[in-house]
Amino acid sequence: MTTTHALVGTRTVKVDAAEKVTGRSRYFDDERHDEALVARVLWSPYPHARIAAVNAEKALRVPGVKAVLTGEDLPEGRMGPFIKDEPAIARGVALYVGEPVAVVAARTDEAAAEAIQLIEVQYEELPAVFTVDQAMAPGAPALHPDLQDYITIYQAVQNGNVCSHTTFLEGDLEKGFSEADEIFEDTFTTPRVHQTYMERSGAVADVDASGRLIIWSNTQSVHLTQIRISESLVIPQSKIHVINTRVGGGFGGRMEPTVQPMAGALALKCGAKVKLYLNRQEEFVFSKPRHSCRIEIKTGVKKDGRITAKQVRLYYNTGAYADDGPGITGFGAMMARGPYRIPNVQVDGYCVYTNLPKSGAFRGFGNPQSTFASESQLDMIADRLGIDPLDIRLKNAVGVGDAALGGTKFTSVGLKRCFDEAASRAGWRQSGSAKPEKKRGMGVAALHHISGLLSAGAFIKVNEDGTMGLVAGAVDIGQGCETVLSQIAAEELGVPMSDIHYASIDSDTSPFNWGTAGSRTTFTVGNAVKLAAEDAKNQLLELAAKTLEADVADLEIHDRTIRVKGAPQRALPYRDLGAISHWVSGGPILGKGSFLVEGQAFDPKRAVLNGFPFGALTAFIFGVHIVEVEVDTETGDVRVIRAIAAHDVGQAINPTVVEGQIQGGFVQGLGYALMEDLVTEGGQTINASFIDYKIPSVYDVPAEMIPIIVEDPDPNGPFGAKGVGEPGLVATAPAVANAVYDAVGVRIKDLPLTPERILAALEETGTSG
Amino acid sequence: MQIQLNLEINGEREVVDAKANELLIEVLRDRLHLTGTKEACEVGECGSCTVLLNGTAVRSCLMFAFDAVGKEVTTIEGLARDGKLDPLQEAFMQTGAVQCGFCIPGMILAAKALLNSNPQPSREEIKTHIAGNLCRCTGYVKILEAIEVAAQTPARGR
Repeated sequence: MTTTHALVGTRTVKVDAAEKVTGRSRYFDDERHDEALVARVLWSPYPHARIAAVNAEKALRVPGVKAVLTGEDLPEGRMGPFIKDEPAIARGVALYVGEPVAVVAARTDEAAAEAIQLIEVQYEELPAVFTVDQAMAPGAPALHPDLQDYITIYQAVQNGNVCSHTTFLEGDLEKGFSEADEIFEDTFTTPRVHQTYMERSGAVADVDASGRLIIWSNTQSVHLTQIRISESLVIPQSKIHVINTRVGGGFGGRMEPTVQPMAGALALKCGAKVKLYLNRQEEFVFSKPRHSCRIEIKTGVKKDGRITAKQVRLYYNTGAYADDGPGITGFGAMMARGPYRIPNVQVDGYCVYTNLPKSGAFRGFGNPQSTFASESQLDMIADRLGIDPLDIRLKNAVGVGDAALGGTKFTSVGLKRCFDEAASRAGWRQSGSAKPEKKRGMGVAALHHISGLLSAGAFIKVNEDGTMGLVAGAVDIGQGCETVLSQIAAEELGVPMSDIHYASIDSDTSPFNWGTAGSRTTFTVGNAVKLAAEDAKNQLLELAAKTLEADVADLEIHDRTIRVKGAPQRALPYRDLGAISHWVSGGPILGKGSFLVEGQAFDPKRAVLNGFPFGALTAFIFGVHIVEVEVDTETGDVRVIRAIAAHDVGQAINPTVVEGQIQGGFVQGLGYALMEDLVTEGGQTINASFIDYKIPSVYDVPAEMIPIIVEDPDPNGPFGAKGVGEPGLVATAPAVANAVYDAVGVRIKDLPLTPERILAALEETGTSG
Repeated sequence: MQIQLNLEINGEREVVDAKANELLIEVLRDRLHLTGTKEACEVGECGSCTVLLNGTAVRSCLMFAFDAVGKEVTTIEGLARDGKLDPLQEAFMQTGAVQCGFCIPGMILAAKALLNSNPQPSREEIKTHIAGNLCRCTGYVKILEAIEVAAQTPARGR
């Protein structure tokens, strides 16, 4: 490993840490907008109803009320990342409990609240479907009868309430199963779970002096916010200005817009500033949890554990609008083979409309669902064949030269090292037992994921005094990209961190970035940043060569100074070069970098791929989780007492930040494994509070929680780096389920592993304490 | 009904006109613009709004501002003294315990209350004390480390 880096690989303190520990950070609600009108939303009480009439006369008579808007008052726009199906406010029909039916802007919150009560809506209830089975049944009511007319950004395969069907096909499935000694067929389910970032979502919208819409909001992407407002309110992107505030967590939930289009519509209507800020209950219902999913897997294996064939069907319940569902479904399908060599595979992913609140992106993007099922079943196979769970994985694990499902070649594979290091650290399969009623067990699960996708741009601005501005579009949602991207730029330019300022995110000035998501920022935005820094450095070198009357090849950079090799007195500090560029020669230096992961996600000679909504996905990342659990056979309580999480990140730009992602992802994964479930009854969300929707507290953290950073540098990554944002969560639930089986011999195929489910399973096998 | 409140906040006297039923968090954030105190759940379930009242941790979204009269209120803005960060703030930075940061003011103040009454807490005591403060980013691991580091930092005699 090279250790010549000054900043890459160091534990530099995060650039935003000081402002956050002193309370100076300006999150959404910390920006004063005292003059703003207050907005409130009227949410649909029905899961499926025609909106026959809306009478806002009484509401408009409340003193202080400035506007009431319904879907009928807005242009006919529909928005969405893959399928343009969603209006900013329900138009003609409400498709879920909690869909906005009308919005109000008023001088005071009290007036807005009163007005909401006084809006009279005539609903005509329609039959509703809540499960994928109901939605896919023959004769099921169609949520979107005009689905075929909606704009899609890809060749979508659609049928009834299936808004997107992705198929991966490789090899010969029939042949693969005929070669198998044993065939396993199992079905798994996973629940809807919410991101529950601590800061709630809000938007302040105003119309500026030139008539442009201006939005302040806590988003994961100012650019997607700008695009969706443009689509839904039918105004050009150039007329929309989005400014990000600090963001109190995201985890995918703030990629696509929430309240911004509604706030924008009200501001345009009133010609005044309007603020819309969700309360916690609204946040649970209106923002977009992880899709619940049913996963059916059929796997054929030889007696020695080699997998010959695998067929998977994934049914993602996307709720009333597609949102990121088609992408999640397609990506979940791509991940369903797992990080294993399997010659014959077919995966079908179905993204299904139902009358539930819409689901969307949440750390893992479809992968946690399919990996839970695949990794659970792999343990069942190992158990039946009498093979150690670690051995069956190692036997089938991919390596260098192998490809992802679809045929994309892996460029770096640290998977085997993840297995080795995690197993050695865990002391694989030597779990003791504390008390007779408390059984201990150990479980393993592996994962793969991607970290290169879509595009980003970046600029380096060399200031007059030789300090630098880094202007990229990547929002720091807590994961640390301001720090990591600054480290990449500073490393390339040979400057200390204190010389670089990471510019705030603003759609008017920040170059496009798809968003802080997909574990992609370090790799994808990092590549754009590195290119921009290289460009700025080259311009500095050229300016120095010209000024010093030397050849660029004879120059070297040392401590923010460019000097002639062997003649250090002929030197120009960056400070002077900044000034020269501004006042004497060449003009201000602007380094520019643009990066796009281009091409196809499959190799047509190897695979058939239909209905996949992404182009190429690259920079695959790998991880292995090993956990030790203690199961109380009297209460059904599961405690994870040890956790070892090894992740191949290519090159850790900042090991402390990487560890934080692994630890945070793992504990979020514990919530998914053991306790979280956003429940609906008749389409109504019934546990929309932190009292009723439990997330892990400090009590749930394993006594030992060890992140292991594995570095298998990627040839295409900035300084070899890949991503790590999502994987920390992906393998946790199956590792826990496998450990529970090891401890007490019951296989739970449905998340979360609640005490009730554990006790019921123990009772069935007659092993309860 | 409007009332006048004489409060002592971060060592300074503040006279505030407020509604009689105004919550402490509303006075802090909306009237005094001390926005370091965060509101995440609004109903006392998450701990983000934690401030110190005579050195003890309280939830400012659950108490009336007038109940703070005659007591010393400390918010995150008042923790650093004379430009020097509190050892907890320093430790949270150095250990990488801060991600999105939204829970951090409440978390640091909850820890401060603990160290005020128990300067050398065990890990279990730390857990018990911050169990009501939710964090969705960090998995709490580095937060626990940070509090332990701060507890080991020699007091600077103030």
